[in-house]
Amino acid sequence: MSVKGVEGSGAKAPSSGAPAEASGAPVPDSTTGPLVDVRDVSVVFRKKRTLAAARQVRAVNDVTFHIAEGETFGLVGESGSGKSTTGRALLKLVPTESGSIKVAGHDVTNLRGGSLRRARRSMQMVFQDPYSSLDPSSTVAASIAEPLVVHERLSAKEARSRVNDLIEMVGLRASYAERYPYEFSGGQRQRLAIARAIALNPRFIVCDEAVSALDVSTQNQVINLLERLRAEFRLTYLFIAHDLAIVRHISHRVGVMYLGRIVETGPAERVYTAPAHPYTQALLSAIPDPRRRSGRIVLEGDLPDPARPPVGCPFQTRCGFVMDICKQRVPEHTAVEGGGEVACHLQTTGPTLAGSPLNDLVPTRATSTP
Amino acid sequence: MTRKKEKDARDDGELLRIEDLHVDFLTDRGWTNVVAGVSFDVGPGEIVGLVGESGSGKSVTSLSVLRLLPNAYSRTPSGHIWYQGRDLIKMPERELRDVRGNEISMIFQEPMTSLNPAFTIGDQIAEVYRRHKGGSRRAAFARAAEMLDLVGIPDAGSRVKDYPHEFSGGMRQRAMIAMALACEPKLLIADEPATALDVTVQAQIVALLSRLRDETGCGILFITHDLGLVVELADRVVVMYAGEVVETAAALDLYNAPKHPYTAGLLSAMPHLGVRGKELPTIPGRTPEPWRMPEGCRFGPRCGHTSEECVVAAPALRIVEAGRSSRCCRTEQLNLAGSP
Amino acid sequence: MTRSESVDIGKPVAVPVKEDGDGDGGDVAAHVSRTRAVVRRFRANRSAVVGCALLLLIIIVTAAAPLIAPYGPTQVDISDRLSGPTAEHWLGTDSLGRDTLTRLMYGGRVSLAAAGLAVLIATAIGLPLGLISGYFGGVVDWFLDRAADVLMSFPAIVLTIAIIAAVGPGLTTAMVSLGIVYAPRMFRVVRGSTIEVRREVYIEASTSIGTPSLMILRKRVMPNILPATLVQLSFLLASALLAEVTVSLLGLGALPPTASWGSMLGQAFQEMRSQPWLAVYPGIAIAIATLCFNLVGDGLRDAFGRETRKA
Repeated sequence: MSVKGVEGSGAKAPSSGAPAEASGAPVPDSTTGPLVDVRDVSVVFRKKRTLAAARQVRAVNDVTFHIAEGETFGLVGESGSGKSTTGRALLKLVPTESGSIKVAGHDVTNLRGGSLRRARRSMQMVFQDPYSSLDPSSTVAASIAEPLVVHERLSAKEARSRVNDLIEMVGLRASYAERYPYEFSGGQRQRLAIARAIALNPRFIVCDEAVSALDVSTQNQVINLLERLRAEFRLTYLFIAHDLAIVRHISHRVGVMYLGRIVETGPAERVYTAPAHPYTQALLSAIPDPRRRSGRIVLEGDLPDPARPPVGCPFQTRCGFVMDICKQRVPEHTAVEGGGEVACHLQTTGPTLAGSPLNDLVPTRATSTP
Repeated sequence: MTRKKEKDARDDGELLRIEDLHVDFLTDRGWTNVVAGVSFDVGPGEIVGLVGESGSGKSVTSLSVLRLLPNAYSRTPSGHIWYQGRDLIKMPERELRDVRGNEISMIFQEPMTSLNPAFTIGDQIAEVYRRHKGGSRRAAFARAAEMLDLVGIPDAGSRVKDYPHEFSGGMRQRAMIAMALACEPKLLIADEPATALDVTVQAQIVALLSRLRDETGCGILFITHDLGLVVELADRVVVMYAGEVVETAAALDLYNAPKHPYTAGLLSAMPHLGVRGKELPTIPGRTPEPWRMPEGCRFGPRCGHTSEECVVAAPALRIVEAGRSSRCCRTEQLNLAGSP
Repeated sequence: MTRSESVDIGKPVAVPVKEDGDGDGGDVAAHVSRTRAVVRRFRANRSAVVGCALLLLIIIVTAAAPLIAPYGPTQVDISDRLSGPTAEHWLGTDSLGRDTLTRLMYGGRVSLAAAGLAVLIATAIGLPLGLISGYFGGVVDWFLDRAADVLMSFPAIVLTIAIIAAVGPGLTTAMVSLGIVYAPRMFRVVRGSTIEVRREVYIEASTSIGTPSLMILRKRVMPNILPATLVQLSFLLASALLAEVTVSLLGLGALPPTASWGSMLGQAFQEMRSQPWLAVYPGIAIAIATLCFNLVGDGLRDAFGRETRKA
């Protein structure tokens, strides 16, 4: 999405969307390569302590993935997996330690100040909790108008008709515009948050647990809305969630995160029907299903302390297939049949799956309960 | 998981019977009815799931069992909560205190806020135990370690001296369950105990509750919004909508062949591992506000099967088959699909 | 990408509004503005309303003193000194024969204005610094926070007197000094609530939109720290009123012949043996006014508090 022509009103952007940005941001090369390109990104949080050594947490560790234009990439993991931090790093809401992030032609890692603010037009975020992502002391009209006021220098009044259109576009009535967030239900607020996110015609939206806080029936309404908007505006999504079923529904490709690392990626269909990583397998098994035939895999224990991750494979402490090598080296990413990659020693050592999914490989350590 | 047969639970008689419970809340609009005539029962050793979305009144119902709603903002104008022949609604506060935490325990959604950060886990469990059962401090502490071991906390003997912040989220919820079970209650009320937890930990907690029921024989009232979770765990399910019970049935029956359109809607809206691209089924609209209940059937405005009779009078909860009831006047005419 | 800059957004193509009933017309809770909800809760709080009404009464009476006071504030009646309550002088007279009721009215103006001045200065310094410190954090925050620590480690009144000692007595200097001394208290409250608000998701949302920091501070942070600021404001007013009394009592505040509640109390102490009533009236006035500020502060806190929780 081009960023110029703000005051030029309606000047049509060339289809390549080449930005004539004054600040000299790199020209996006949208004819080749993915819209979002994340390479070896790490995010480190340091918490200073007075009397002890600073606590250092590698929340995101050498994460690499890409998202093609118009594609939805689902990022799955439990709390503490670093999935939300990854999403925030993509929009430069948290600083990165290393690696490079390119979104819609912007080199996000190197942007700052005014050029960063201008780049934010093309990438937006929908947050998990619709109860806190809208300012409680401001009318929804003012919240939705904010991007227009900031980037197009519209006055609140001028933005009003656009705001009304946006509110209707997400399935609410424009007459609600002057109300306050607390007067809306969770689902309605999430719609309003989505209206704010699409106000500037962004190309890329990070949906961080966007439906997790909603009731089942409302959840689907919001997912349908997101899908409709994606098709209509050729949006590209990074869809972050802990609910695998929802991620599968909305994503073309999926990445599974554990303890700051992506342990498996691949086409949604392949990851769900033929998981190649033991953690993916356990996650899938944790989805309640009363008609399940085989026993579910109940993982023992919890996520290790992210400040002191185990040496070697991050999943070794809970894995049913753990081998000696898992405690020594971090597994490399290897290609999997049917698409995608997995970071697991089983591919190269022990049973040497060499690209095959896990399927019915029997765990060496008992983790199943009947 | 062993699913206790419904018949067994029945034969043992009932443990808890909620009868025509009404609860009002004081809101900006004055007294507003939020639970309207809820009735169901829980047998000894039975797991009953109470399911509903936000605003259904499920949590209010569960909290009123032990009268945990604030007196200033709530009242119970009518109804009974029979616990082993005694009405908890009319029971004097002093007597009720002996029931709470002793015969009926409760666990909540957020384990961190229910634990006191200033005391060790062991102290807190021991305190509950000593308050109801007496005995020496040492014995109570040993009991605490025993309980932590029972709920599957590794190395319970030493972890008993840990403070809540040294436990992970899943372990805190286990500790809460250990505390709730310390006095060997006959009934455990679990209000969304797994909702704030990760899926893999959620699976652990559900497996734990199921095992504890088998080992201790306590009845469990499991409150949740997750129909999938409840069907896997519970023997019977009670579905609530807008302050009313709309359907009760044995778990799998409900899952395979719901008798109320709302249940059917919930089942179809449940996230399944379906194929992407298809529009997801939804229930149109939203739960009505308690001060603006629709005429006739409360689900009517969102239901795809309404006819004239649905608007004329509010349907009653009636038995539609042995062991199951529905609050839909068209149950017999509808052929509702179960979970796909 | 053939989308133009803003045109499509303006004209949603084939977007059926009805598809999701979630946004059905009457479904939103009856429209009650937030301010009105706060006002309604404040009004439901009886003691806060009484405090507010009394405060208004005090302000009106003292403001209208030139119009309604029976005598002039410095009008001396040597023949009728130190009288008790009489028909001419309802609350009696002081050692110079000045009417106590009159001086109470005029004194209230001075005392309230002085308290207001001190709080105004405290806010003018504390609010912007608190916002900057809380929002941006870092070195500036560390420095300002330590500075506040140092200032607050002295008892307020001692520090005020020290400043007056350096600058010279007089009510205005006294209140300016007090304002400076109170600034860290306002700073602390503003900084604290700014840090709290800064962690809110809607601030992150504004950042992700690309809203400049100053605009976030003005439009997002300010309105949301307003409740805490207002509450602190009313407590500081109560406290400043008492401080005025102390300073004037010590003869460092209002200089004769200007009446303030504090200076009246100070003079009354000198006549304690002959006319004990003289100390009672300003005492009562100070007590009531202080109580009222505190009641209003409590009421505001409760009224806002529930709103914050609800939202």
